[in-house]
Order: sequence, then structure tokens, then C-alpha cells
Amino acid sequence: MHVSILKGIARQASSVSTTLLGLLALTFFMGRMLPIDPVLAIVGDQADQATYDMVHRQLGLDKPLYVQFYLYIRSMLSGDFGNALFTGHRVADDLLKVFPATVELATFAIMIGVGIGVPLGILAAVYRGSIIDHVARVVGLLGYSSPTFWLGLMGLILFYATLDWVGGPGRLDVAFVDSIPTHTGFMTVDALWEGDMDVFWNAVSHIVLPGCILGYGSMAYISRMTRSFMLEQLAQEYIVAARVKGLSGWAVIRRHAFRNILVQLVTVITLAYAFLLEGAVLTETVFAWPGFGHYLVAGLLAGDMNAVLACVLIVGIIFIGLNLITDLLYRLLDPRTR
Amino acid sequence: MTAQLVVEDLQVRFHTARRVVEAVRGVSFTVGREKVGVVGESGSGKSMTARAILRLSPPQARVTAKTLQFNEIDLLASTERQMLKVRGRRISMIMQDPKFALDPVMRVGDQIAEAIPADRRGSRAQDRERVLAMLDSVHIRDPKRVYELYPHEVSGGMGQRIMIAMMLMPEPSLLIADEPTSALDVTVRMRVLAILDELVAQRHLGLIFISHDLNLVASFCDRVLIMYAGRIVEECVAGKLAHAQHPYTRGLLASLPRVGDTRARLPVLTRDPAWLSS
Amino acid sequence: MNATFRIWLTADVTTSPWQARLQRAYFGWRRLSGNRLTMFGLAVLVFLVMVAALAPLIAPEGYDAQDLAKRLAAPSAAHWLGTDDLGRDVLARMVYGTRVTLMIACLVALIAAPLGLLIGTAAGYFGGWVDIVLMRINDVFLSFPGLILALGFVAALGPGIRNAVIAIALTAWPPIARLARAETLTLRNADYIAAVRIQGASALRIILRHVVPMCLPSVVVRITLNMAGIIITAAGLGFLGLGAQPPMPEWGAMLSSGRAHLSGAWWISAVPGLAILITSLAFNLLGDGLRDVLDPRSDS
Repeated sequence: MHVSILKGIARQASSVSTTLLGLLALTFFMGRMLPIDPVLAIVGDQADQATYDMVHRQLGLDKPLYVQFYLYIRSMLSGDFGNALFTGHRVADDLLKVFPATVELATFAIMIGVGIGVPLGILAAVYRGSIIDHVARVVGLLGYSSPTFWLGLMGLILFYATLDWVGGPGRLDVAFVDSIPTHTGFMTVDALWEGDMDVFWNAVSHIVLPGCILGYGSMAYISRMTRSFMLEQLAQEYIVAARVKGLSGWAVIRRHAFRNILVQLVTVITLAYAFLLEGAVLTETVFAWPGFGHYLVAGLLAGDMNAVLACVLIVGIIFIGLNLITDLLYRLLDPRTR
Repeated sequence: MTAQLVVEDLQVRFHTARRVVEAVRGVSFTVGREKVGVVGESGSGKSMTARAILRLSPPQARVTAKTLQFNEIDLLASTERQMLKVRGRRISMIMQDPKFALDPVMRVGDQIAEAIPADRRGSRAQDRERVLAMLDSVHIRDPKRVYELYPHEVSGGMGQRIMIAMMLMPEPSLLIADEPTSALDVTVRMRVLAILDELVAQRHLGLIFISHDLNLVASFCDRVLIMYAGRIVEECVAGKLAHAQHPYTRGLLASLPRVGDTRARLPVLTRDPAWLSS
Repeated sequence: MNATFRIWLTADVTTSPWQARLQRAYFGWRRLSGNRLTMFGLAVLVFLVMVAALAPLIAPEGYDAQDLAKRLAAPSAAHWLGTDDLGRDVLARMVYGTRVTLMIACLVALIAAPLGLLIGTAAGYFGGWVDIVLMRINDVFLSFPGLILALGFVAALGPGIRNAVIAIALTAWPPIARLARAETLTLRNADYIAAVRIQGASALRIILRHVVPMCLPSVVVRITLNMAGIIITAAGLGFLGLGAQPPMPEWGAMLSSGRAHLSGAWWISAVPGLAILITSLAFNLLGDGLRDVLDPRSDS
């Protein structure tokens, strides 16, 4: 059993490394597509030829393309993403600072997605054709069709400006910013760590709206997949056999049907988590949430290719990583694949 | 012999958007502590009858009957809660293909243990002992190893024996076997049937044996019911099958190959539409 | 429909491939039109196309007529959807915005579908190194969620509607290629493909005339379903100011311009977003219905 898992991992590793190489090639290529001369961007158009040549050499642009690519790979893999012109810091440092904010938001969103999506999907499957099924379908359809950034704006108008039920943009009210030391970078966790309940509730009130809106899309996807998986299992013979044994309908669902969809569900949830990165870009922009997506957009609007390409690369790596994890989980959890 | 199960005028109907499909049209029979075979082709309604007895028909089905009585329990009037006490403990069913009828992600031993009714459960160790004893009674060698296996790791014959063990675990008094050997190799079939025979005799169970194989049923059961298009067209003692009256039964018998047969061609059964409305 | 035509259309035995194809289309249409939600989606899309085509008639003043005296006016009889921050009629901008959105959708589909089909069928048909290389490239593109890759390309190419279309098309072809490859793999060993090959058909001819037509139904379904995402991505780019440049009325950009006036003139942001929602919804409904008719293997 262990040998086959190791062999599977080895095969995955080789295909992953080629994909990774391709990823690096793509971002490298994107960096070169610029219609702007990167040297001019640094020296300005008043500089003389000598300065131009010096910077040209410094950036390594005089070397052949494959050497440049090799240098690029080396620096990317060692975490040296260059400097972000618009913040003045190293991109790597910036990323370390903004990532926790996005992870906190994404985690909140996925909890909503799973917490509502899975039960909804199960109910929609068990009571197929009933009003619950139709409601789930409509809710899901709207989830696929709504632009999250618009929902965010509408949500802000309704729940913040009009009803004042939630906090506004940003992670905390201005008064609370920087009032507690950073331990994990997760505002809610840090507040609990410090025992500061005011900050905690403020952080919660700020994360609720963007988290719910981001989570809505995940919920639509997860509930649809759960329903589909559940329907597939409920049509199987072993479900009837379990009922013949004297188990009640819900016991059968809990102990048999649900356990059979777990593997597929885990895959779906991991994928949904990855897609949250995409949703985060615009949601963070709307809510001025200082996370990864906000950083990417800011870098883009400032024309900072280092920052943008580093972000794109990181997302690609995360995606590949998450796909690897789901493959591994599938292999581990399903006894039939061992 | 006193009847355990009394079925009178059982009907199972499916109401689709366009028309009503009658899967079972007025079936009546009784089963005591004996082996009753039900023979019919696909679509004759035999499985539907079995599911109706356990009230496990598909949700779109409507089940009606004049009587559907198991000892003191009126099965038709029972609520789902009451049926939970009937299924397994009083009436049980083994199904056709253990590959599909066993949960693929649960160990077989745990699945058998799950069949022990809640009020008879002991500690985990005690339940495990009972399961091992049950596996032993279906002649599985090395029950300790088999307990830990998953359904895809056991062969067809062993899977069916596991199913028998699982469905007899709650100690029912009536067992329905829905095509228990149809998915098995011929060589394995006889062994599984022998085990079934032994257990039925040991525990004085009533048995409803559903199959499409007339020869098999005739040799195994005490009485035989022939079903066609949702009705029972013939009922007789197994030994007296040669004296069957209904043209369908006679047609079935005639089309079976026999050792020492002198016929050049086997007759093909011709269906008479009149049989649909007898 | 006159009687003889109807009889011909529903005949049990067809006498020409023409008739067979028409019959299939007719029965497919009947199944499709039976689904009310799908028809609603189709109706919405037809309505949008008409609005786009008749834009100059509906809003003769154009999308750029500014009247700074009347900025941020609430909806009224003169301006059914109010005016924006530069005094332009929101309804007029919405109507012309329909053109922009539909144009982006069409262009992306016209680029991504053939590209994906070609790459996918080539990979599936030739196998070997061609397959490995093409699918590796496919995997690389699939490693990014659509918006992020599009942002990367737009960052590299610069803002503007042309670059936005290219960027989005580059994110839309991978799922099509994957689908086409899967279909091609099942078809590759079919007898009729072998027969045509023996007759001397070149690989290109086989792919174009025999493989691609079989892939078309699922590709059409897939791209219709993905259209919702494409439109939302395009609107997202517009929201960030990276798509259609002002004064072109793109819905996402209009949404963004209303951000500063959320508490007062909230309709400037609300209406374009609603339009995006309805358009995406229409594509999703149509795609679902098409899938039931063309590709019934999936669940409902």
C-alpha cells in the first residue's frame, strides 16, 4: 500500500515540476510582453546613454534570453521577487504582510460556504423536487451569476450605510487600527489572544459582510456539487441494504451516504478555497481589505510589474499545491484506490 | 403450518406524468416457516413485491393491499417508525450483488455489526465476537482477517456469504432472498445455496426465494409461485411442478434443457396476451 | 407550418442527410422550448441583442451627452434611470453598454472556442509528444483562476478593450481544449475514423470534418455556461478601469464610477450590476437547457 502511494507521489511530483516550469515561463513571458522599456521606467527619458547601459546591464537585459530565464527561475524559487516600486519594500516582505488578511477572509468565507452549502446540498438531494430543492437551485444559480463586487457594493449600501448592522470597509474601525500587537496576522485571533473583546467584536463586524459575500459564491458551488454527489449515492443498492438492516433514513444518510461523498467533497472544498483567491481580488478592492487581492490591484494600477507578476506566480503555485493536496487526500481517504 | 406473512391483493403502482404503470397487480400468497420460491422474468414484479413487503418501495410508488400482515403486525398501516422495528429484526432481505449492496468505504465486519439492533448491542468487543461467530456460521475461514476487509477486497461468493451473515445478524424469522445467486459463478452458486439452506433450517426461518431460474427454485424450495406481468399465474408444490396447469409455466418448463433430452429443438415460449388479464 | 412540411419533418424514415439533420434540429428545439427557464434565458438574450442593435433608436442622444447641471439626478420621466456623475443619461449608457458587453462576449467566444477546439483535438488525435506538450501548456493556463490570469495579461499588454478581450480569451480556451481532447480520445478509435483514414484522408481533414463536428455540442454547452463567468470577468476588468476606456460605456466601469456616490446616487452602481446579473443568469439558464438537450449525460 505504501509503495503505490509513494509511486503516485513521484509521478505527481514530476508532472507538477513541469507545470511549475511552464508557469514560470508564462510569467517570465508576460513580464517581457510589456510595451514599455523597463530601463526607461527606472532611469527616465532624460538619462544619458551611459546610465542607460549601466541599468541595462544591471537588469541582465544584455544576456541571452535563456540565461535571463534561468536567473529568473533562480530568484523566484528563492523567494526573491524584487522590489515593489509602489510600496518601496521587497515584494516578498509585502506579500508576507498581506497574506494573513486574505487567508482570514477566505477561511471565514469557506466556513460559510461549507456550513451552509453542504447541509443545503444534502437537503436538496434528500428532498429532491421539493421546495427546498428549488430554493437551493435558485440560490445557487444567483450565486453563479452575480458579480461579487457588485454584491459587495450593494451590501455596503444596505447593511452598512443604511442599516448600520456591520462595520464598513477595512478590517477595523480607524480607532482600533494598530491597537493590538500582531501575532498571527488574523485580526480576530490576535484580538482573542490579547483578550481584547472590543477589538474582537469590531474585527468580526468588519469581516462579516465581505466574508459572507465571498462565501456566497463558494456556497453556490459547494451546495450544487454536494447535491449531485448525494443523489448519486442515494441511488445505490447499499443504501437500500442499510435500510433493510433497520436503520432509519437519516441514520443511513449520516453513516453511509455522507461518508461516501466525503472524498469528493474534500476535493470540491479545496478547489472552492482556491477559487476564493480569485473572488478575493475584487472583494478586497471594494471593502478596502488590505489583503493579497488588494495588493495585486494596487500594484497593477501603479504599473508595478514586479509586484503583479509575483502575485500571479504565487497564485499559480498555490493552485498547483492545492491540486496536489486534493489528489493526495483522494488517494488516502478512498480505500478503493489503495 | 401457520403463516407468518399473509399477502392479499397486493398492488404496486407508479403514477408518471402520462400514465399509470402497474408493477404488481393483485398478488396474494402466504408464507410460513417454509421455503417459497418466486419465479418470473425481469419486469414480472417479483422484486417490487419484496420491496413492498418491507415498505421500501421507491418514493413514487403507491402500495395498496387488502391484507399485508406479518404475524401480529399490519405492515400496510405501520408508520416508518414501526417499520424500523420490523426491518432486520422480523423480516430481512439479501440482495443480488454484494459488490453493490455493501458500502464500499466501510469494513465488512463493521457493516455486519451495524445490523445488530440497538437494544441488543453490547460493548465493542462483545459485538465483534458476535460478528466473528456469525462469519463462522457462514463458513468463512479466518473470520478475524475478513472482518477488516473492504467489500472490493472480497470475492463474489464470499461477499454473498457476508451479506447473508449481515442480514441474519438481527435474527429475523422471515428472510427474503432477491436473486441471491444470480451474480455468482455457477461453481460458487451451489456452495452459497448450501449455506443458505443450512441456516434456514437451523433457525427455522421462513424464506422467500426470488429467482428467474425455475430449475434452481424447484430443487431448492418447498413451494413455487410463478409470476408473470405483475400477477401470480401458478402456485404449486415444488415436487409437482411437472403437473403445472398454466400455459406460461408449461411453456417455461418445456423450454428448459434436460439431460437425456431427445428433442432436436427447444420450444420457444409464445406469450398469449390473454395471460395479462387472467 | 403547412401539413406536408410537418409530415416530412416528423417522418420516421429519412431519405437524405439533410432531412435527418433538420429533424434532429427540430426535435432538439422542441425539447429545448419545453424548458421554461431556458426559454426565459433565451428571451433575455434575444432582448439584449435587439437593444444593442437598436441602440441609436432607443437613445438617440448617444452615450456621451453630458449635462453637468443635471448631475446625479434621481430617476424621473426625463431620465428613466437617472443621470450619472457627469450628467449623462444612465439609461442611454446602459443601452450602449449592452453593445460593449455583447461584443466582448462574442469576440471572446470567437477566439477561445476555435483555439480550444484546435488545440484539444490535435492533442487528442495525435497523442504522444504533441499531447503531452499541449496538455502541459493547458495545465499551466488552468493553474490560474480566470480573473487573475486576465489581470496578468492586461498588466503586460496595457489597458484597453482590445487587450481585455485578448486577455479573457486566453483564459477561456483551456477548459474548451480539455473538453475537446476528452471527446477526441473517445472518438479516435472509432471505426468510421479508421475508414476515412484508409481512404487516404489527411489528419487535418479528419480532424476538421469528422472529429470537430462531434465535439461541437459539448463545446457549445461549455462555452455558453462559461459565458457568465466571462462577462463577470470582463465587468471586473472594467470595474478596475482596465477594460473599455472612458467615455465608452462598459457596465463594469459604470459600476466603478458610481462608487463615490453610493450613499446618494446609488442607482449609478446598482443598475449596471443588475444588468450584469441578468445577462449572466440568462447565459446560465440557456446553457443548462442546452446541456439537457445536447449533452444529457450530466445530472439535473
